[in-house]
Amino acid sequence: MSRQVLQVFEQYQKSRTQFVQTVAELASRPQNIETLQNAGVMSLLRPLLLDIVPTIQQTAALALGRLANYNDDLAEAVVRGDILPQLVYSLAEQNRFYKKAAAFVLRAVAKHSPQLAQSVVDCGALDALVICLEEFDPGVKESAAWALGYIARHNAELAQAVVDAGAVPLLVLCIQEPELSLKRIAASALSDICKHSPELAQTVVDAGAIAHLAQMILNPDAKLKRQVFSALSQIAKHSVDLAEMVVEAEIFPAVLTCLKDPDEYVKKNVATLIREISKHTPELAQLIVNAGGVAAVVDYVGETRSNVRLPGIMMLGYVAAHSENLAMAVIVSKGVVQLAIALSEEPEDHIQAAAAWALGQIGRHTPEHAKAVAVANVLPKLLQCYLRADASEDLQTKSKKALKNILQKCVHLPALEPLLHDAPSNILKHVVGQFSKVLPHDSKARRLFVTSGGLKKIQEIKADTGTALAEYINTINNCYPEEIVKYYSPGYSDALLERVEQYAPKV
Amino acid sequence: MAAMVRLLRQVEGIVEDSYARKNEAEAEREKEYTAVVTVQAWFRASRVRAYMKHLNSCATVVQKTWRGFLGRRFYRVLVKNSVFIMKLNYYNNMATNVQKMWRGYYIRKYVFNYYSRKRYLEALQIKNEIIRSELEDYAEQQDVMRKRIEEQREKIRQEREARKNHHLISTHVIPGVYNSPFLPFPAEQEYILRSVKPLPHSKRQATKSSFDPAWASYNDKLPKSLPPLAEKPQGPFRRPGSVQQQRYKPFQPTLRVSTDFYGLEKAREILKGEEWVTRYNDEIFQPFTRSDARRYEPLMHSTSMFGHQPYGTKYFREEQLDKHVTQLPFKSLVPPIPILDKLNDTYSQGQV
Repeated sequence: MSRQVLQVFEQYQKSRTQFVQTVAELASRPQNIETLQNAGVMSLLRPLLLDIVPTIQQTAALALGRLANYNDDLAEAVVRGDILPQLVYSLAEQNRFYKKAAAFVLRAVAKHSPQLAQSVVDCGALDALVICLEEFDPGVKESAAWALGYIARHNAELAQAVVDAGAVPLLVLCIQEPELSLKRIAASALSDICKHSPELAQTVVDAGAIAHLAQMILNPDAKLKRQVFSALSQIAKHSVDLAEMVVEAEIFPAVLTCLKDPDEYVKKNVATLIREISKHTPELAQLIVNAGGVAAVVDYVGETRSNVRLPGIMMLGYVAAHSENLAMAVIVSKGVVQLAIALSEEPEDHIQAAAAWALGQIGRHTPEHAKAVAVANVLPKLLQCYLRADASEDLQTKSKKALKNILQKCVHLPALEPLLHDAPSNILKHVVGQFSKVLPHDSKARRLFVTSGGLKKIQEIKADTGTALAEYINTINNCYPEEIVKYYSPGYSDALLERVEQYAPKV
Repeated sequence: MAAMVRLLRQVEGIVEDSYARKNEAEAEREKEYTAVVTVQAWFRASRVRAYMKHLNSCATVVQKTWRGFLGRRFYRVLVKNSVFIMKLNYYNNMATNVQKMWRGYYIRKYVFNYYSRKRYLEALQIKNEIIRSELEDYAEQQDVMRKRIEEQREKIRQEREARKNHHLISTHVIPGVYNSPFLPFPAEQEYILRSVKPLPHSKRQATKSSFDPAWASYNDKLPKSLPPLAEKPQGPFRRPGSVQQQRYKPFQPTLRVSTDFYGLEKAREILKGEEWVTRYNDEIFQPFTRSDARRYEPLMHSTSMFGHQPYGTKYFREEQLDKHVTQLPFKSLVPPIPILDKLNDTYSQGQV
């Protein structure tokens, strides 16, 4: 008799198990999710979270996590279904497999938007997750760290909440664990915490994260390196002090080898790190230059394409912007050539804009710098970027500024001459201005200017009197005998013919 | 009388004589007179001349002395001036030298040093070359290593494949698929097949793991027999007594951990409380030896009718911030000297 009774229960339990397992299976395929949602899977899974059988609980949590992972509507549904407090409660109670699954749900919910992450925080998940970080099992730690990272990723308040829950020291401990995936995720979480504000980054630094992160830069695992470099750059980007602390971990010149990594993201993150450090002060930039960082970055800019190249280009610009000495260092490291290549071969506007900006920073210091930039045949390209009809506004302003900066220092006339022919008036002003500064003092240049047709071009420019352009033209004309100026003025042949007509021959 | 007579006889002569004499005198008088005048004039003239000469010589002496005096005075001024000018020129030269040296030094040290810049840039180029070649080497090395790992993996995979498909090997009688009799020599795969052993027959795996802690269901059967014991651990162990002692040794916190941080304050509180409880009389006992029975008079600064003021413990000076001219603290108006600020602080950009 009792056997029959028990059989009913057994059957019920088997069907429940089968149901959750099937739902979890189905939820792992995106095409099924809409059907599942329409079938009301949420309301069915919710009671199963409270099932007496641990397996069913875990599988239900797994299914929920997969659903919530899919889009923010489903995550919203999880929040609205009051499932989170239940999960958080059991996060502290249950075994490690359940913890993993619960942390997965929390992560899946928190990943979509700040509001959802806030609702996860509001139900007290942080403390439970932080306790999970103290667990012995690396898998639990990993999923807890992952969830914390996704929560902290959205904004400074959430990151602050994570920090206030005391997660940082435990995450730093997690970095030191032997498991690669745990290290990776903890580094990523630290990176997400650091990125919002100097204070948060300082908290992470105070927990001693830099030394451990710095130890891992030569790790062979590419994905770990990505996260490590991302974390270091997020720390270094905020202030000079933090950047100096990162530098003091003696990451140079070891990080430069990672610029040769086969993994694109590692390369990009390393370049970002170098950029974030070099942008702060001339001293830090000098340190990088002295470690041979500029040569490495120049090579890197030459080897990579599109977005990966962008941080390298910006790093060169930042270094050159600090002082003329550093700009000269960029020039002797053959940075200008690579930037010119990047400027001409990159199809995207924002990368061209960055290259134009960097070139402007290099050329703006002294005539020597401007010459180095000008002989790389950059000026026509910059002009082309400025004049192109489909160029973005940013690219136009950047290239104009760069042109102006370089032209105001450039006294290398052969490079300026092509600009006389196709520059618009607001650029032409600077070009003619440079000629008017050089020609009065250089007889050879005066001669060359006439033979190359520059003077003729100057006479053809129509400048309103009283403008700076007219003044420059006047200065140039004053360097030459009147006949030559007249000879090259447009309409002079007509004037001569007129004189022939009016001439009365003496018979 | 004779004399008289003689005289008388001579009278005429005498008269004539005297006349003659008188006439002669008369005749010579003019001449003598001019002669005398001439003599007198000469004498007087020579006397005056001598006097004039004397006077002239005196004037000359006076003049020469005076002129000497003036000349010496002028000379002294002249010498002073020329020495002054000479010194001035000398000092100017020296100052120029000093300024030249200092400017050169200062510019080279703090502003711009062409040669050090040149050296630096050359060194930088060398360093860049070194870094480039090192990175090149490193990348190459990494490539080689990666390739080697890949090859190894490929080899293991091939071997496993070959072991799995070992039945395709040719026998003495029947040639295998990789050993076509129409070809001069067998395919490569044939050699690989020959070089490996066939996979052993896989043992029939249990359909369900007997104990799975991950997804254990509660209707799992209990294992019939306990798993076999591990081999008996060997080795010289510590005596059980000492292990026991170590296991249950009392907790020995450090002094810092074991003592309360606020222990002193708490002890004072307790003492005070005990003293208050055991006190018989709340009136403060005044010793008999105290002659003046004056009460304690608190300072005017530190008391008010509303209670104690922290004057002297928290602040020492009356502060009326609203009466200040400005909220910011005063700053001296003397501008800093920029060069002095820069000394030993920044270095020439060229220097490494």
